[in-house]
Amino acid sequence: MIASLRRIWGLVYRHIALYRRSWPRLLELAYWPVLNMCIWGFTASFLTGRLGGTAMLAGAAIMGGVLLWEVTLRGQMGMAISFLEEIWSRNLGHVFVSPLRPWELIAALLAMSVLRMLAGVVPAVLLAWAAFQFNLFSLGLPLALFVMNMIAMGWWVALGVVSLILRHGAGAEPLAWGVLFGLAPFAAVFYPVSVLPAAVQPIALALPAAHVFEGMRGILLDGSVSAYHLAAATGLNVLWLGAASALFAYQFHQARVRGALLSIGE
Amino acid sequence: MDAIAVTDLTKRYDEVLAVDAISFSAPHGATVGLLGGNGAGKTTTIAMMLGLLVPTGGGIRILGHDMAKDRFAALGRMNFSSPYIALPSRLTVAENLRVYGHLYNVQGTERRIAELAAELDLENLLDRPAGHLSAGQKTRVALAKALINRPDVLLLDEPTASLDPDTGDLVRTWLERYRAQSGCTILLASHNMAEVERMCSEVLMMKQGRIVDRGSPAALLERYGRDDMEEVFLDIARNRQHPGAG
Repeated sequence: MIASLRRIWGLVYRHIALYRRSWPRLLELAYWPVLNMCIWGFTASFLTGRLGGTAMLAGAAIMGGVLLWEVTLRGQMGMAISFLEEIWSRNLGHVFVSPLRPWELIAALLAMSVLRMLAGVVPAVLLAWAAFQFNLFSLGLPLALFVMNMIAMGWWVALGVVSLILRHGAGAEPLAWGVLFGLAPFAAVFYPVSVLPAAVQPIALALPAAHVFEGMRGILLDGSVSAYHLAAATGLNVLWLGAASALFAYQFHQARVRGALLSIGE
Repeated sequence: MDAIAVTDLTKRYDEVLAVDAISFSAPHGATVGLLGGNGAGKTTTIAMMLGLLVPTGGGIRILGHDMAKDRFAALGRMNFSSPYIALPSRLTVAENLRVYGHLYNVQGTERRIAELAAELDLENLLDRPAGHLSAGQKTRVALAKALINRPDVLLLDEPTASLDPDTGDLVRTWLERYRAQSGCTILLASHNMAEVERMCSEVLMMKQGRIVDRGSPAALLERYGRDDMEEVFLDIARNRQHPGAG
């Protein structure tokens, strides 16, 4: 177990060493979350100023949505881009001939996902509190479950992206940045699932994020905590994580069959 | 028991037979050369031995471990170096070695890095990014990475490619010394015939995925009636008759 922890730390250390020397990389982590918060924070302020109390609640729901969606987005990118860093540095061959087990690689990528998410989202949370009087922690204890579910969704999406990179190589790289934007309309970040056409509502309800945002709006608008939405989000994440892990294991094995681990970046 | 035992190892990609049922072994402390032209199957063979590639058939045992079932037990006692696989260029040499010290669970990583830095003349390079090094310096760093865990089996894919003769000789000398001191088994894939002749106790000649001849460099020179391994290589690559044979 100690050997496993050391190997996981070895990969995490590799990324920390990279970031601590590069302020543009560090800046990039927080750049988009803060920018996004600015845009939506000013929008919420404008609506509140024009429309009053109801708009203030809507503004809080928008800012809460922005911040929690950033948790998923940064968590997913943190994992997928950390994997891509190994490809870009042509280092995968060395990593995979070390005694690092595939699950230890995933654990290291998850750790990097959490670190990168925190580096990106915490400044945005502070900005929301300082500039727009929105305190994310007003969601109370359920916030911890919301955040865990949102980052877990980022993980299984990232595992899917990494699996596609293992299968299709560099051609699948753009998915690391774009895939979650494709899911955003169904995630009900800024509106309830009921707004969506009936035909696509099942898609939304299959995503943990939709349940998290329904739960968040319930707290902000009605002050009620929905155990159903929390349970649904957690259950769906377990299912999706299981499916994504199986896909990763299969594609990793197939990459070893095809000899793709050495040529994956080409 | 041999350090390396390969039996009927085969790799097929659809219609292409990259490695065709090759068998060989290497005793502890030996240096075995893997020779062949481009596409002969050397890199594919090494990739299968490292677990990067799943064989289509046959088996590999390294240090007593079946690589199909228990490769991680062997990988911790092996290492690998190739000029075609880089180390992260933005990390310093020391950081790179530290990463691999952790990955191989090396006890006393900092002490080991200091030892390797002294032995491979890397002390002044430890704080420099790996991407800022010359080809010769990168090769020495790659060698330090390959030796970080004091491997019992070392797989080297063209370890002195693109090095000047002086640096190449230093690397060979260092590898010979390490093997003599540690009893490490080395499998060396190379296009440098002088290197193979100097370092290897046995040479496996590969062509189109098969081992077409094998023996000590002296035995091969005698069998082909040649003065150097380059001529032997050309005889095999070009299907020439053995002029000195018979």
